Amino acid sequence: MNIMMNRIKWVVGASALTLASGAGAAGTGVQAEPDWTLPIHDNQVFGQVLFDRMEYQRDGDNELALWDAQAWIGKDRNRLWVETEGETDLSSDSGDIENFDVQYSYRFDRFWDIQTGLGAQTTFGPSPNKERYSAIVGLQGLAPYWFEVDTNLRVTDDGDVSYDLEAEYDWLLTQRLILQGRGETLVAFSDVEEWGVGSGINNVGLGLRLRYHFSREFAPYVGVSYTRFLGNTEDLREREGEDVESSSFVAGVRWWF
Amino acid sequence: MGLLAGFDSLLPAYARGQLDNTNAFHTVRNGADIYDLTVARTPLKIGGTVSEQPITINGTLPAPLVRLKQGREAILRVTNTLPEATSIHWHGLILPYQMDGVPGVSFPGIMPGETFEYRFPVEQHGTYWYHSHSGLQEQLGHYGPIIIDPAEPESVAYDREYVVVLSDWTFDSPEDVFRNLKVAEGYYNYNQRTVSDFFKDVETMGWDAAWSKAGMWGRMRMSPRDILDVTASEYTYLMNGSPSASNWTGLFRPGEKIRLRFINASAMTFFDVRVPGLPMTVISADGQPVQPVETDEFRIGVAETYDVIVQPTDTAHTVFAQSQDRSGYVRGTLATRKGMEAPVPPMYPRTERGMAAMGMGAMSMGAMGKDGDMNMDSGMDMGGKMEMMSGSNDKAHGQMMMNGADSGMNKMSSDKATMNEVPTAGRPISHGPDNHGPGAAMVASSPQSRLDDPGVGFETANHRVLTYSQLQSIEGWPDKRPAEREVELHLTGNMERYMWSFDGKKFSEVDGPVKFYHGERLRLILVNDSMMDHPIHLHGMWMELETGAGEYRPRKHTISVKPGERVSALITADAPGDWAFHCHLLYHMDAGMFRVVSVV
Repeated sequence: MNIMMNRIKWVVGASALTLASGAGAAGTGVQAEPDWTLPIHDNQVFGQVLFDRMEYQRDGDNELALWDAQAWIGKDRNRLWVETEGETDLSSDSGDIENFDVQYSYRFDRFWDIQTGLGAQTTFGPSPNKERYSAIVGLQGLAPYWFEVDTNLRVTDDGDVSYDLEAEYDWLLTQRLILQGRGETLVAFSDVEEWGVGSGINNVGLGLRLRYHFSREFAPYVGVSYTRFLGNTEDLREREGEDVESSSFVAGVRWWF
Repeated sequence: MGLLAGFDSLLPAYARGQLDNTNAFHTVRNGADIYDLTVARTPLKIGGTVSEQPITINGTLPAPLVRLKQGREAILRVTNTLPEATSIHWHGLILPYQMDGVPGVSFPGIMPGETFEYRFPVEQHGTYWYHSHSGLQEQLGHYGPIIIDPAEPESVAYDREYVVVLSDWTFDSPEDVFRNLKVAEGYYNYNQRTVSDFFKDVETMGWDAAWSKAGMWGRMRMSPRDILDVTASEYTYLMNGSPSASNWTGLFRPGEKIRLRFINASAMTFFDVRVPGLPMTVISADGQPVQPVETDEFRIGVAETYDVIVQPTDTAHTVFAQSQDRSGYVRGTLATRKGMEAPVPPMYPRTERGMAAMGMGAMSMGAMGKDGDMNMDSGMDMGGKMEMMSGSNDKAHGQMMMNGADSGMNKMSSDKATMNEVPTAGRPISHGPDNHGPGAAMVASSPQSRLDDPGVGFETANHRVLTYSQLQSIEGWPDKRPAEREVELHLTGNMERYMWSFDGKKFSEVDGPVKFYHGERLRLILVNDSMMDHPIHLHGMWMELETGAGEYRPRKHTISVKPGERVSALITADAPGDWAFHCHLLYHMDAGMFRVVSVV
């Protein structure tokens, strides 16, 4: 991991260097010579990798490992953004990468980015695997009252359309102990039985996670998570003999570098 | 003490409690003061911890005192032994622009191994300072004091003087500090509002008011607790290079009057300074003499200087400098012999910003009904989308704002009545068609002059705290012309991405310099559309701060503008060339809050 971090720092540093030279741009004065350095370098490239949730979930005998991570690199307003979310069933070693999205992100508003790009969804494990791809357009940002919101409209390569919404809110119990509320939902505009998707509202997920920040970067947590499948999706799952509701204990870590 | 001895030897003479000017690198020849200054990396022990990072001049942190004489020439030969370019800017000095020391503006910088000779006539006198203007070097100790002795004796009586250089030190690399600010909002703020703070509000102001206060800040996505971006969670505060434990000590003999020349050489920290138990008589601000004004405490913005006279009544007095957010402090001691200490006062309780910081004009009595309600019809414009507070002008709000206002109403002091209004009072405000775009997370819909407001944290102070409105020059300044032209700039920022700018545009995003026309008299208007205090520094020319004191307005090189405030200053554009103009918070400047002023 350290090697990876160093490498990222190096890449970021090198990118910053290439931008750091050359006067005669922007707000320089009338006397400045073209070969002078710029007085400040306010257009540096930064980047961050955030594992928002890296967790173990347990619902009765079912055990899952789940990840929800994002990484970005870029300047203040233009960024390359990668997000991925998925889970593995620890008993069968099968699971799915719910999304692996690579998006261009542009800050068009004080608190909001518009993001567009491509996403992949795959399953893995012993049973035959499948994959599909989608084009994405979405919004990510900070809503009034400090809600972190990420929402996307997806069109798959089969032409199926869905919309997802995630929101998170932090209650600071102390400066280091934070209770995070989390809600998510997915709405599909067509039935895609192969992927267990019914048209209409698919599910509602709610979570509460209590984390302790040993540092800004590193915060282990415990919590609970509840998911309820609804409508056509619920029917579909019942036919397949799958749970339509789950309540889990979760434990994990929120971590960035 | 063994540890400290090693460090002491790396302090300049003035920081060891001696203020002479017999240092080896100073010579006087042909009417010129000549200094040789060598910039180098020097491992130092700070508070018992060794750091490899300090950038020193002639081996010391802070850098040695440069003592000049008004009317003579200064010759300052700066040798760079760093592997990177460096520079020295002579902060507050009036000089030809080529000597101002800003890489990319006045010269290309001083390359590794090179010696650059600064040479200029010394026109002024007073307390100033010097520092690197290259990258983030200033954070690492590349700063030092300047005293310019007047050609004619001053009419100020004192027996002894000390320079007091305040600064903030980090053991981390400044690049890491900057990145943390860039990628994680509030990284260094361990005083954020918690759930229990909300319930405390409920207790003091009732459910409705507490709820609407939380709602108001929540809608704006602003924190009333964001007072300093980098706090004592990262910084060790230094007084003349010594942390509190090392206790910088200035010696005196009983009965003496001492002139303390305070310089805030911090990268990011406003300090609240007092000598508990002793009144201070402020005699100059930013090196320029002011009519003596007695006070108990003053807030010194980054890059500002104040000279004060104190007369000790005891054998030891603490000099106490507390960071504006009350996250930490540094103390030193005035004592009759080495090793003495006086009680160190507790820090003031933590505080938060009130309505005035939103630029809603909570200070304006005219906006308040007789039962204490506020007229909030103008509201806070949040990105042109939502009008805050409109239609919620109930009694609870009024009370809440009285409690939470950034300035105590009781301090709408009588001295205001004797002052004239500032020229911009009552003017409407305009922020451009898109309210400065994403570079500005908010705009002040009704910015006010807050020059008689000592600032956040002094709402309930029951002692005297210096305000800009108390600063009056002794004779007025030579240029008596009114302003022929006005230039208005807005101080803008977006904490979430740590974007800082003027008018929503970073240095790299603007089309060219701000133009002043040679010889003109202009009024510079600054409107703070952000939630932070910004010390705004203009190189090369004085800013005569319009406090309402008529021709006795003070003149400054750095003006601290409070959140939601509008201030104005008269400038004589008598210095041809290019000049830096920027927020003196180091990381705000580096994030883009920087312009070049070209006098053409």
